[in-house]
Amino acid sequence: MLRKINKLIAAVSLGMAAGMQSAMAGFMDTLNLREGVTPISHAVYDLHMLILWVCVVIGVIVFGVMAYSMFAHRKSKGAVPAEFHESTKMEIVWTIVPFLILVGLAIPATKTLVFMADTTESDLEIKITGHQWKWEYEYLGEDVSFISSLSESSRKGIYADPNTVDNYLLDVDRELVLPVGKKIRFLITASDVLHAWWVPDLGQKQDAIPGFINEMWTVIEKPGVYRGQCAELCGRDHGFMPVVVRAVSEEEYASWLAEQKGASVEMAAAADKVWTADDLYAKGEEVYNTQCVGCHQLNGMGIPGTFPAINGGPVANGAVSDHLNLVMNGRAGTAMVAFKDQMSDVDIAAVITFQRNAWDNRAGDAIQPADVKAAR
Amino acid sequence: MSEAVAHDDHDHGPEKGLMRWVRTTNHKDIGTLYLLFSLAMFMFGGAMAMVIRMELFQPGLQVVDPHFFNQMTTMHALVMVFGAVMPAFVGLANWLIPMMIGAPDMALPRMNNWSFWILPFAFTMLASTLFMDGGAPAGGWTMYAPLVLQTGDAFPFLIFAVHLLGISSVMGAINVVATIMNMRAPGMTLMKMPLFVWTWFITAYLLIAVMPVFAGAVTMLLTDKFFGTSFFNAAGGGDPVMFQHIFWFFGHPEVYIMILPAFGVVSAIIPTFARKPLFGYSSMVYATASIAFLSFIVWAHHMFTVGMPLAGELFFMYATMMIAVPTGVKVFNWVSTMWKGSMTFETPMLFSIAFVVLFTVGGLSGLMMSITPVDFQYHDTYFIVAHFHYTLVTGSVFSIMAAAYYWMPKWTGNMYNEKLGKIHFWLSAIFVNVLFFPQHFLGLAGMPRRIPDYSVQFTDWNMVSSIGGFGFGLSQLLFCYIVYATIRGGEKATDQVWEGATGLEFEQLPSPAPYHSFNTAPEVK
Repeated sequence: MLRKINKLIAAVSLGMAAGMQSAMAGFMDTLNLREGVTPISHAVYDLHMLILWVCVVIGVIVFGVMAYSMFAHRKSKGAVPAEFHESTKMEIVWTIVPFLILVGLAIPATKTLVFMADTTESDLEIKITGHQWKWEYEYLGEDVSFISSLSESSRKGIYADPNTVDNYLLDVDRELVLPVGKKIRFLITASDVLHAWWVPDLGQKQDAIPGFINEMWTVIEKPGVYRGQCAELCGRDHGFMPVVVRAVSEEEYASWLAEQKGASVEMAAAADKVWTADDLYAKGEEVYNTQCVGCHQLNGMGIPGTFPAINGGPVANGAVSDHLNLVMNGRAGTAMVAFKDQMSDVDIAAVITFQRNAWDNRAGDAIQPADVKAAR
Repeated sequence: MSEAVAHDDHDHGPEKGLMRWVRTTNHKDIGTLYLLFSLAMFMFGGAMAMVIRMELFQPGLQVVDPHFFNQMTTMHALVMVFGAVMPAFVGLANWLIPMMIGAPDMALPRMNNWSFWILPFAFTMLASTLFMDGGAPAGGWTMYAPLVLQTGDAFPFLIFAVHLLGISSVMGAINVVATIMNMRAPGMTLMKMPLFVWTWFITAYLLIAVMPVFAGAVTMLLTDKFFGTSFFNAAGGGDPVMFQHIFWFFGHPEVYIMILPAFGVVSAIIPTFARKPLFGYSSMVYATASIAFLSFIVWAHHMFTVGMPLAGELFFMYATMMIAVPTGVKVFNWVSTMWKGSMTFETPMLFSIAFVVLFTVGGLSGLMMSITPVDFQYHDTYFIVAHFHYTLVTGSVFSIMAAAYYWMPKWTGNMYNEKLGKIHFWLSAIFVNVLFFPQHFLGLAGMPRRIPDYSVQFTDWNMVSSIGGFGFGLSQLLFCYIVYATIRGGEKATDQVWEGATGLEFEQLPSPAPYHSFNTAPEVK
C-alpha cells in the first residue's frame, strides 16, 4: 500500500515537473504591470514599482511587529499584560513619518502627472469614438476613418475553443495604424454610453464620454502590435470591444495612409456600380458578422427581451424602405444607433440585402448602394 | 430594594409567535432581525458571486450570457453593500449601542421597527427584477448614466428600491444619533464611550449627510428616463460626468460607512484578548473623525480617468493620500494594543487579527491607486476589484464575523463551538486570499473588470481565483450552521463571557442579556 502511494507520488511529481515549466509561464507572465513602449508608460511603471516597494516595506515592518508580538506576548507562554495605553511621543512619530513618506511619493507623482497632461505640439491627431461595441478611428486632416470591431475568429471562438484562436478577444478586423517616434494626440469621445480607451503598453487609459472630448498623448518608441480593450462597462458586449494598435515606421505609415485614401476612392466607385444580389449577400454577411452580430447574434435571433430578432422579424420581412430607414437612422433610446454615420453605402446596402435573405428570411429582394445614397 | 422588585413585575418578555417579530420595538429583537436578514442576503449575494466565478473559471462563454453576467455583477454588489454589510452593522448597533451606553432601548423604537421592515420589501422588489423583461439592472451598482438608462422594465424598480434602502438607512442613522445623544447612562461621557459607539456615531452622521444625495442622483436618473429631463444626457445639454460626481460624493463616504463600525468592532475585541486596554483611545476617536471628514473631499479619485483638469487631479490625489495618515494611526494603535499583551487566540481574535492584516493589504493597494498617474493604469481593472474586496470582505465582513463570535454568547447565553469556529476562520482566511490575491496580478497584467470573458493569458490566475471563490463560498455554510447551533444550545456562557472582556454589556448584564436591560440606568465611573 505504502509502495503504491510512493509510486503515485513519484508519477504525479514527475508529471508536475514537466507541466510546471509551461504552467508556471502562464502564471509568471501575468504578475505585474507592463513596462510598455512610451515615455509615459516608463514613467508610470517606475512610479508603480516605487510605491509597490514602499508598500512592501511598510507591510513587512507592521506585520513583522505583529507577528513577533503574537509569538512572544501570548498567554500560553506566560506573558503578563502591560498596563500602558498611550504614548504621545510614539503617536506623534507615527503621524509625522507616514506624512513625510507621502510627501516623498507626491513629488514624483506630481511631476509625472504634469508630464502626462501636456498634449501640445503633437505631430498628428486621432479622434477616437466609442460605440456599443466598437471603436471608430478618424485620422484628423487626412480624410481617413474607419470602424474597428472584434475579429471574426475571436467572435467564433467565444462558444468554441478560445485556446485555438490567436489573440483571443484582443484582435480586431481593422487595426489602428500609427507611426513610431511621433507625438500623437488622441481625442476621445463616445456616441452612446461611456467607454474607456486603453492599451496597457501605452501606459494610460481615458474615458470616452458622450458630449465630452478627452485628450491623451503618446510617443510610441518601437514598432509592434499593442493590444488592449474597453475598460468602462458599456453594456452587454463590453468584454468584446478590443483595441489594437499597430506601430510602424514613418515610411510604412505614409504608404499605409496613401493606400487608405486610395481605398476610399475605390469605395466611392463601388458605390456607383450596380451589384448582383449574390455579391451583396456575400459582402453583407461579412459586415453583419462584425457590425450587427454583437446584439442580433450569429443566428439572427437577438436576445429575447433585450435585442430583437432579425430572423423572422417584422422589419427584415416588411417593406425594404422601412428596413433601410431603421438601419440608417437607428431607433432612439435603444442600442440601435444611426448607422448612416458609421457605414458606407455599400456596407449598408449589403447588410440589408443579407438580413432580408439570410436564415429563414425570404424577402427575395436586394437594395443597391445607389438607393442608400439617395436616402442620405 | 422594594422599588426594584415592583419594577420587575412590570418587566415583560417578548410576545409569543410570529407577531413578536413583526410588531417588535425591542432593540434586541430588531438587532436579531437585521443580523439574520443580513446573513440571508450574504448568502444570496454570494450565490451570484459563484455564478460570476463559474463563468470566469475559463475563457469562452460556458455558463451564462454576457447580459446576464452583467446583471450578476450589478446585483451582487447592490445586495452585498445594501443587503449584507450595511444591515449587519445596523443590527450590531441595535444590539450593542443601548447595552454599551447603559440605555434601556433605542431612542425611537417604533421607527426602528419600520426601518428594518422596509428592507425585506425593498430587496424582494430588487430581486424580482431578475424575472422581468430585459432582466435585472446590468449597468453596474454605480448606475452610471447613460448606460443605466438602457435598463429594461427593471429600471423604475431599481430606483424605488434604492429610495427605500436610503429611507431605511437614514431612519436607522437618526435613531443611532438620538440614542447616543440622549440616552447615555449618568457618567457615560462622550470620551468614555466604547469605540464601537463612537464609530457608529460618526457613521450615522455620514449616512444622514450622503443618503439624500444618492436619492437625488437616482431621482434625476428617473426623470431623465421618464419625464424628458436631460440632467445626464449630453444631447439635451446635460452632463454624464455630473452623475459620477454626485454618485461618488455619496459613494466615497458610503465605503467608510461600511468600514468605520468595523474599526469599532476590532477596537473592542483586540483589547479583550490581549488583556490590555486599547492603545490611544482618544487618537482613535480623532482618527475616525478625520477619516470621516476626508471622505467628503476625495470622491473624484474614483473618476481619475474622466478627464478632469490637472488641478482637479492633483487636489484629489493629495487629499486621497492624506487618508493614509489617520488610517495608519489606527493600525499602529491596534498593533500597540497587542504589544506586550497576554494574548489568546479565540475565533473573534483570529478574525480581528486577520482583519488588521488583510485590511492593511487593502489599504496599501488603496495608497497605490491614490497616485493618479499610476491609477490611469489600475483604474477599472481587477486590481481595483482585489483592492475593494480586501477592504470589504476581509475588512467589513471579517469584522462582522468577529463581532458575531464575540457577542453571540452574550446574545444567546450559549458559547459557540470553538473548534468549528476556528475551522471556519482558517477556511475563510485561506480561501479568501486564494480568491482575491491573484486578482491583483490579473489587474496589473491588464484584465479589465466587469468582463464575462477574457483573453487566454489570464486563464491560470482566474482558475485559481475561482477555486478560492468556491472554497470561500462553501465555508460560509459552516458559519450558518455555527450560528444555528449556537442559538439552539451549547455550553452556557459566563456573564463576562471572555476573561478580558470589559464594558457595561459584559460587566453589568447576565448572559444571555435579558429582554429588557438597564431599565434603571447603571452608574458609570
